[in-house]
Amino acid sequence: MTILDIQAYRLRLPDTARPVLDGVDLTVRAGETVALVGESGSGKSLTSRSVLGLLPDGATTGGTVRVNGEDVLTMTPERLRDLRTGTAAMVFQDPRAAINPLRRLGDFLTESVRLNGRLAAAAAAERAAEMLDAVGLPAAVLDRYPGQVSGGMLQRVMIAAALMGDPALILADEPTTALDVTTQAEVVALLGDLQERFGTGLLFVTHDLGLAAAISDRVSVMYAGRIVETGPAEDLFDRPRHPYTAALLASTPRLDAPQGRLAAIEGRPPGLREELTGCPFAPRCPIATELCTEQAPALLSIEAEPGRRTACHHSDRTGEGSADA
Amino acid sequence: MSFLRFIVRRLLEMAATLAGASLVIFGAMYLAPGSPASFLLAGRSATPEALQAVNAQYHLNDPFIVQYLRWAGQILHGDFGRSITYRTDVSRLLADRLPATLLLVAMALVLVVALGLLLGWIGAVRGGAADSTILIGTTVALGTPSFVAAVLLQGLFAVKLGWFPTGGTGDGLGSMLWHLVLPALALALYLIGMLARVTRAAMVEVLGQEHVTVARSRGVTGHQVIRRHVFRNALGTVLTTGGLIVSTLLVCTVLVETAFSVGGVGQLLELSTTTKDFPTVQAISLILVGLFMAVNLVVDLLHPLVDPRVTLGAGRAAG
Amino acid sequence: MTATLLRRPGLARLRTSRAPLHRICLGFVALVVLAALLAPWLAPHDPNAVDLGNALAGPSGDHPLGVDASGRDTLARLVAGARTSLLGPLGVVAFSTLAGIAVGVTAAWRGGWLDSVLSRGTELVFAFPGLLLAILIVSVYGEGLIAPVVALAIAYLPYVSRLTRSLVLAERSRPYVEAYQVQGHSGLQICLRHVIPGIAPVVLAQATVNFGYALIDLAGLSFLGLGVPALTPDWGRMVFDGQSAIQHGYPLSAILPCLAIVLTVVAFNVVGERWADQVARRDR
Repeated sequence: MTILDIQAYRLRLPDTARPVLDGVDLTVRAGETVALVGESGSGKSLTSRSVLGLLPDGATTGGTVRVNGEDVLTMTPERLRDLRTGTAAMVFQDPRAAINPLRRLGDFLTESVRLNGRLAAAAAAERAAEMLDAVGLPAAVLDRYPGQVSGGMLQRVMIAAALMGDPALILADEPTTALDVTTQAEVVALLGDLQERFGTGLLFVTHDLGLAAAISDRVSVMYAGRIVETGPAEDLFDRPRHPYTAALLASTPRLDAPQGRLAAIEGRPPGLREELTGCPFAPRCPIATELCTEQAPALLSIEAEPGRRTACHHSDRTGEGSADA
Repeated sequence: MSFLRFIVRRLLEMAATLAGASLVIFGAMYLAPGSPASFLLAGRSATPEALQAVNAQYHLNDPFIVQYLRWAGQILHGDFGRSITYRTDVSRLLADRLPATLLLVAMALVLVVALGLLLGWIGAVRGGAADSTILIGTTVALGTPSFVAAVLLQGLFAVKLGWFPTGGTGDGLGSMLWHLVLPALALALYLIGMLARVTRAAMVEVLGQEHVTVARSRGVTGHQVIRRHVFRNALGTVLTTGGLIVSTLLVCTVLVETAFSVGGVGQLLELSTTTKDFPTVQAISLILVGLFMAVNLVVDLLHPLVDPRVTLGAGRAAG
Repeated sequence: MTATLLRRPGLARLRTSRAPLHRICLGFVALVVLAALLAPWLAPHDPNAVDLGNALAGPSGDHPLGVDASGRDTLARLVAGARTSLLGPLGVVAFSTLAGIAVGVTAAWRGGWLDSVLSRGTELVFAFPGLLLAILIVSVYGEGLIAPVVALAIAYLPYVSRLTRSLVLAERSRPYVEAYQVQGHSGLQICLRHVIPGIAPVVLAQATVNFGYALIDLAGLSFLGLGVPALTPDWGRMVFDGQSAIQHGYPLSAILPCLAIVLTVVAFNVVGERWADQVARRDR
């Protein structure tokens, strides 16, 4: 069953020359983990926030963002509130910034279900203790203030809070970036465990390819507001079919391939004030041709590789040992 | 730091500052041109008997420090000396006049807190035309001294429209409240503008913080977000202005009570200054300074209750 | 790290990006200053010429803004009053700024016991609101302009010196200061030639903001009869004189000086805050 189904989603901000998100297609099924990978500014956070209807001021949208079949973009405020308190929940990047420092963690955990009448205060507190237990924290945390616990603990609280409404979909927006390395591993493992245990769909937004490979079933790579490649995690990392994915992999340190230098990607992603004709990656692409600068490639299925799609005019030339190209 | 240790330390600090302030207040009369005795007599018939009486009352022949200590010791026993003008104990004068002033300040404080917070809230949350109107209103309020507000309010609502008495204190609580409406408004106006500005700025700052977006993303509705997160978090900043608000209210009673002929401590300060009744001026100055410090202590004690990141005596923790 | 301007909280973050408002205020400040400078030539009458037969008369060709309870021309008194009403605050701001800079720079540069004496003294003065200190000093010295100006200057000094101190501490840690010290420049030279010019814009912005407060406090003292001598034309004094007229139903001679005070303070606040905002932005 598909829980999240984003089709041809476009988002435009005021005073920009091109849409920030330009025809994004993305699906997450029940019990599945999908990683959304890209550089900062590629639009991956904007995509995940859109799922909860959190749009920047003045944004105009097109396409559909369906959660359990219902389009978030056209929801009434009441339905949107139901979505946010139940169906979908987000784990944010920096728990220190995401949790009000002046209120007790118990208040943070129970706020959403309590204020919307889903649970009475006592039942909400009981569920909060259960969820804390599920993320490996004692119930005593309920009475603490955010300033009294560590960053890693706080991110566990954040995850427990996301589970409070028994969601079908969890959106994790760079949930480990603000944490130190040992805590990162713990949090990722925890997310994986919980996702399996509760059978939720998980959209994992990250700039870290290694992390994406470790946690996800499928990966979508985003560049300049478009999905440039998508497919099963293993296949995509073994044989990237889009030059951007290949370049991204080549610039990531890998333990199993110690030989060779890391290759930085030349140039920088296009700004929002430039209009884009053709492929957005063309100016940085080693195999770009005239066609690439004139015509934007569509996200097309790759023959003989089921479940994989890429948006490259030259996908026939990529894919063979290009990880060290 | 334990609560008790904090209190003791702050009380000691307060005592030290109060001692310094009292030294200034007491020593001021030695800065006056001429001898302290003639200054204290202030042009009243300086007969040898009168001089002797003043010398005896103030022990002007003792060394300065002995005089000061005797004076301070008397005040600690509630004896503020005798008024030269009224020929009665200053403490009696103060006891008669304190209720009117305290009521006036309390009424003005209620106005400041209620209207200041409300206008700041509306400005921050509504934006647009409401915000601009409030911005202009508060700009004018911040340019209007309390005595100007007093004279204008008196002219409009008391003289022209006749809705309120032009001045006086009134007898009994009801009448006093009635007489003090316009003075309280005049006293509050400037501070309403100030508090509205502070509240608005603090709320706008919180509105931009991530945790507000997070609360919204969890289905907490607009009004709940504003109340539980934005306003709640702005309160700490608002509280830090509490000391300034109360001290401004207290000092400005001298202007407003004079303008409305309210028989309070502020009017007494004005009268005793113009009649050179120095013991009374000393007593009122000392009481006002003591009150400011007490208010600041209360604000410091309340701060950790409003903001758990603040620990007593340590200020706000980093992060 | 830059020290932030010490403003009294009400004016923090005052948004005056509206350019027309700022320009109008700047124009009004210029107008008032001009009136104060040219008062003797501008005033249509002797501001102290009493005409009891004509008391409280409304506007006329001869007296465009009417006369007060003693028959004195209101316009003439407003223009002449601009002089005293601006001169007092100017004295307060000049004295508190100069002395505040001196104290702040010395405390920051020397540190040690001088610094702790300064901070103790600052605490003591903070316990005395400006108006109360002024009343105390007036009660000793008697009425006049000098005593209140000195009292308010002392009351405002800690605001300036605390600001200066934090600015100098930040400036002192910058590498150029050490470079000059290595080259054998004396501390005094470095302060006068480099540090003080560097921090001047911020301190002067603070001084402009203080001007409005000083005007309010001094006008209040005049209103109480504790400021300028009784006959001197002064806006605060005019409000006091006009109060009895207002009670008899002749509001004009009180409303006009009230307006003069409010408009001038608002104009100085808006101009000062705008300047402070610009300085703060530039430092950021």
